[in-house]
Amino acid sequence: MRVFDTKVQHLKYKVLREVARQAWAGTLLQNMLDIPKIIVPGKVPTMRCCVYKERAILAERVKIAIGGNPANPNIIEVIDIACDECPAAGYSVTDSCRGCLAHRCEDVCKRGAISFDHNYVAHIDKTKCIECGQCAKVCPYTAIVNRKRPCQNACKIKAIDIREDGAAEIDNSKCISCGACVYQCPFGAIMDKSFIINVIDMIQKSENNTNYKVYAVIAPSISSQFSYAKLGQVVSGIKELGFHTVIEAALGADMVAAAESQELAEKGFLTSSCCPGFVDYIKKSFPALVPLISHNLSPMATLAKWIKSREPNCKIVFIGPCTAKKAEVQLEKVKPYVDAAITFEELQALIDSKDIDLTKLEEDVLDNASYFGRIFARSGGLSDAVAQALKEQSIDFDLKPCACDGIEECKMALLKKSKNLLDANFIEGMACVGGCIGGAGCLTHGEKNKAQVDKYGREAMEKTISSAISILKM
Amino acid sequence: MKKVTVCIGSSCHLKGSRQVVEMLQYFIAQNKLDDKVELNGTFCMGNCQKGVCVTVDDEFHSVTPDNVKDFFDKEILAKV
Repeated sequence: MRVFDTKVQHLKYKVLREVARQAWAGTLLQNMLDIPKIIVPGKVPTMRCCVYKERAILAERVKIAIGGNPANPNIIEVIDIACDECPAAGYSVTDSCRGCLAHRCEDVCKRGAISFDHNYVAHIDKTKCIECGQCAKVCPYTAIVNRKRPCQNACKIKAIDIREDGAAEIDNSKCISCGACVYQCPFGAIMDKSFIINVIDMIQKSENNTNYKVYAVIAPSISSQFSYAKLGQVVSGIKELGFHTVIEAALGADMVAAAESQELAEKGFLTSSCCPGFVDYIKKSFPALVPLISHNLSPMATLAKWIKSREPNCKIVFIGPCTAKKAEVQLEKVKPYVDAAITFEELQALIDSKDIDLTKLEEDVLDNASYFGRIFARSGGLSDAVAQALKEQSIDFDLKPCACDGIEECKMALLKKSKNLLDANFIEGMACVGGCIGGAGCLTHGEKNKAQVDKYGREAMEKTISSAISILKM
Repeated sequence: MKKVTVCIGSSCHLKGSRQVVEMLQYFIAQNKLDDKVELNGTFCMGNCQKGVCVTVDDEFHSVTPDNVKDFFDKEILAKV
């Protein structure tokens, strides 16, 4: 059984699980300082130069696992002592350069940045190089490599700078909290703040859902996760944790698709508002386009609003693949509806902190949404759903969607739109490649995930958006 | 005002809560009870085996799409 993609995720999970164990037992305050030693007990280091550094870093991880630095508004935080200060020279020539005759690197370089020494070995003039990477592409010996930091490489919107002391630093004025760097840093030096202890507190104070009910609203990308158990068992596991019930966020997606298609027909152009990373990106990097963002709340918030309008004192926890959702729930317009957001990674830690074996549980059911609400989890799904909603509501509108898979494609579309060069009237923006199934808070990221989401979509009892949401019109 | 709440959680949904809601809405409109009956939905009443779960002023009833007419006549129409 392989639960996570990387050992970094596993380490983070161990911290979260231990924090959760202590929180359930009510002993977090007493034992918090001992958690690093519980995780790294012996004297032999396994990750760093010595166990003391390992524990010092773990202490920082514990801090982030209990909510992180309150003075930092960003959900994503750098643990500077964990940052390896990787070399970041950009493109450079390695000793694999044979000093060949062809010199394709020189021919392809438009800036004339490549010169040769007396052995005909290539050198890059950093004052001329623009890091375009063409030389690396054409070298038959793959002798030119990009020594870019994994975090900077992951961050396609260039929100990571390097401090003078070499550690990575996040520029909060650009960062959209997508978590790409969190997932990619090989040292686990960047983490997303966790609010699991708030969730545990909510569950405990509900006194078995008698004082108020605690609802779990779960993202449709769950269908590609927890592959070692059945989805119904995951639902049972979530209830076992103490949630009153589990509801599909995809039902909120059905509601959004219906409303967004109407808004689109009325305004003639829209960008989607489902992905908090994408919305934040427009706000931070394309402020002139802000009026074009759909006024709909995200599926999570739309559904939560519906629930809270009928049961104002309940608590709602969103469980999904997304680190940016943790930032979204802090927005003024979302705060009243969603009480906390956690990731699938954190859900796994919570389940294991109570020693719940999902594979031994009965299968519960999860069926609220339609096929179209469910496929929001993957790139292109939202556009398909809006097309369907237009059709179902007989709205005469010639939809020309531009489905952007990942923040780089979003950037291109927004750039074009800002110059009036975009041949589309609806931008579906997903900050993560693949859509939500590529989210940083997923346990695993795989090729099959998209197929899993589509399969889960087809299993929905309700076949249309209007049939799924008709029940909510009470 | 009679308060009728239908469970629309997953389990009841699979047992036909949508049909139950649609039929209740139809009967309420047909009998012009709009101002006497307030129909609402909730996600899960914790009684999944007995779904579709419906409460009338907090009194529990187990309803199916097949017996919703009987239920409406006895528990709602006769009592408003």
